[in-house]
Amino acid sequence: MGHGITNVVLVGLGGALGGMARFAVSNAMAHLLGKVFPWGTLLVNASGAFLAGGLLGIYGVPNAQPFWLFAIAGLLGGYTTVSSFSLQTLELWQRGQAMRAALNMVATLLLGIAMAALGWWLAQG
Amino acid sequence: MNVNAYLAVGLGSALGSVLRYGVSLVSMAVLGSHFHWGTLLVNVLGSCLIGWLAATTSRLPRGALARQQPLLIAGFCGGFTTFSLFSLETLHLTQQSHLGLALLYGVGSLPLCVAAAWVGERLAFLKATVT
Repeated sequence: MGHGITNVVLVGLGGALGGMARFAVSNAMAHLLGKVFPWGTLLVNASGAFLAGGLLGIYGVPNAQPFWLFAIAGLLGGYTTVSSFSLQTLELWQRGQAMRAALNMVATLLLGIAMAALGWWLAQG
Repeated sequence: MNVNAYLAVGLGSALGSVLRYGVSLVSMAVLGSHFHWGTLLVNVLGSCLIGWLAATTSRLPRGALARQQPLLIAGFCGGFTTFSLFSLETLHLTQQSHLGLALLYGVGSLPLCVAAAWVGERLAFLKATVT
């Protein structure tokens, strides 16, 4: 049971740091580029996918090791987000900006997969 | 920089991440690890919750929920859902030559999550009309 509590602490600590980093990046992007398009969420998700791909390339398939729990389940899991993406896409759609909503969806998906693949490929060396 | 907002986001994100970890453990135990049901489940549920919260807090801007927005929305919903795992899993499915499944998961997940946010928003308005 002591082991289980350590795992929970690792995930929680990583999640707290990742969430605060996401908050900082999306605030900074909203400040720089405005709130017309959710650039912050896109940047967070693309960079998080890149880092996750890199870790996959270096260390192989995730498992229950403490490092993975902290870095992937915690830090990068908390850093990236789908909920904000969903809400922001829905809001674009409801404001009559269907093209921007569709663009956000396509860009998030393609950029996410491409960045994860790029991170993985670079880490393979 | 608002230190309290950052602390609230950190706390919410920690709780959301731990709960996501719990959901992934339970889903692997119940549904097996062949497909990433846990990630799909947290992303759909978290999107539904954020839609409900956003609609409820905009309807009641002085309510208790609205005051806890950084904790609940950027914190909990953000930490509970994950895009990095979704990307990794799609990449991993592709690398293992499960191309059909990778395509279905990759292309299907995000529209499903946007639809879930819409359902959450409708639920908030539904409750508003009833009460």
